[in-house]
Amino acid sequence: METTSKNPNSTTKKKYLISKSIDSFFEDLYELYTFIIRFFKESFSAPVEWKEIVNQCYAIGYKTLLLVSVTGFITGTVFTKQSRPSLSAFGAASWLPSLVSIAIIKTMAPLITALIAAGKVGSNIGAELGSMKVTEQIDAMEVSATNPFKFLVVSRILASTFMMPVLVLYTGLVGMMGAYLNVHANEATSFISFFISAFKTIEFKDIFTSLFKAICYGFTIGVAGCYQGYNAENGTQGVGRAANLAVVFSMFLIFVEELLIVQVLNNFK
Amino acid sequence: MDKEIIQIENQEPVICIKDLKKSFGSLNVLNGVDFEIKKGENIAVLGRSGTGKSVLIKIISGLLKPDSGLVKVLGQEVDKLNEKELQTLRLKIGFSFQNSALYDSMSVRENLKFPLVRNRRELNDKEVNDAIESVLNDVGLPQTINQMPSELSGGQKKRIGIARTLILKPEIMLYDEPTSGLDPITCIELNNLILKVQQEYKTSSIIITHDLTCAKNTSDKVAVLVQGKFLKVGSFEEVFSSDDENIRTFYNYNFTENTKSNEK
Ligand SMILES: Nc1ncnc2c1ncn2[C@@H]1O[C@H](COP(=O)(O)OP(=O)(O)OP(=O)(O)O)[C@@H](O)[C@H]1O
Ligand SMILES: [Mg+2]
Repeated sequence: METTSKNPNSTTKKKYLISKSIDSFFEDLYELYTFIIRFFKESFSAPVEWKEIVNQCYAIGYKTLLLVSVTGFITGTVFTKQSRPSLSAFGAASWLPSLVSIAIIKTMAPLITALIAAGKVGSNIGAELGSMKVTEQIDAMEVSATNPFKFLVVSRILASTFMMPVLVLYTGLVGMMGAYLNVHANEATSFISFFISAFKTIEFKDIFTSLFKAICYGFTIGVAGCYQGYNAENGTQGVGRAANLAVVFSMFLIFVEELLIVQVLNNFK
Repeated sequence: MDKEIIQIENQEPVICIKDLKKSFGSLNVLNGVDFEIKKGENIAVLGRSGTGKSVLIKIISGLLKPDSGLVKVLGQEVDKLNEKELQTLRLKIGFSFQNSALYDSMSVRENLKFPLVRNRRELNDKEVNDAIESVLNDVGLPQTINQMPSELSGGQKKRIGIARTLILKPEIMLYDEPTSGLDPITCIELNNLILKVQQEYKTSSIIITHDLTCAKNTSDKVAVLVQGKFLKVGSFEEVFSSDDENIRTFYNYNFTENTKSNEK
């Protein structure tokens, strides 16, 4: 008797838990949606926090520059080195500069930069805003008649959206320098002829696509970091959670966006 | 003198709260709070941990929305204001947080400068610096001006937090446990600071505290918050001459220890 009554109970409980987590998923989604809408509303209302935006741009550039330089350079060199044997097998080693630069400009630079920035900038924003939230510094800002959303959130999202294309271009160039050094060491290609053959294959559209991606990634990183930080709860534990979720969310979304953008833009050929 | 008192009596209260209710989910925190504060008056709110004292002043400053009831501050209903009006009202309300809530990433000077330069854009550098120095002198910490919040003690943080709100010359001060966790001497200093603020800045204040000495020394009136309601509002002597069990417990906790040690 007892066992039969237990089973339906546990299934209803399971069903209840599942429906509850689905509910909370849609609630979160709606909250995120209102957060983004609020961002757009407040970014277009005066006064603009120029000084804070510039500060944040500087901070983002400063924090990521060394990391993207090193990773961009290594990627360029290693990718060139590893592509050479397969191209040589077809006697097409002279295509190396074009192949490598297309790969770097179209995919690698945007992805690498975005992932590094998600780890470095996203977690930083999440932790910073999270700790301000749980120690009531955001409330303090609000009661001193400053709009904390505008001062903290809008400035950070705008800064990361603006800085990401700059960083992607920079990473692309550093990556191509890495590629050039490897090509130069092996095939004794001159600097000029390397870049001439590289840019012969890269179209303006490719660069434009990369910059567009970069803008999307930058926005994603900013929104994920700010959303998690601004809604942090439960003391210091919540701060760690916010930083962690900011990174996980933005990395996941970056790959989803990469896929979607490539699919959509391929249709415009 | 008498005339002045009559004027005060006739004035509209600066804070007027009627039948205020607030709950979080199934937890009823405030359950019909009523009280008024007149201009220049200090009121101490006593109550056990978790009774909703912080929630009460957060509602007054518009950080939380009430579920029902009237919350009128300086003649305006806080929960009906739009963002602009709320910001204008907030310039007149100083809020000293339970945990100070100083901006970690800024030095003491920048902490004090932040509300000032953002709300009074007409001031030049010299006026801003003068204001910072004078308010730091008022709280007795001029030497900390270039320190970071992490380098300050708990009591210093509280006082800088108070300074940060005083710099906007508020008409109302809300203190959330200004003396909690401090040694008796610092407590006395803070009590004196609260009285000084009342006299020099002509503020009306709500002082949330567990500390009866603080309540007695700083306030004109005392209110005891029990189960979401003000059990009693009146002068310190009035309230603590009551026989209500909740109030007696409070009193005994604070003062019997002392009497015991005196008897020994
Ligand atoms: N934002 C919130 N969401 C949910 N519950 C809350 C929130 N803020 C406060 N509470 C609950 O309301 C109750 C009262 O909290 P409050 O902070 O006002 O207590 P308090 O009287 O200030 O206590 P203490 O003396 O310890 O500071 C607590 O039980 C708390 O859990
Ligand atoms: Mg409290």
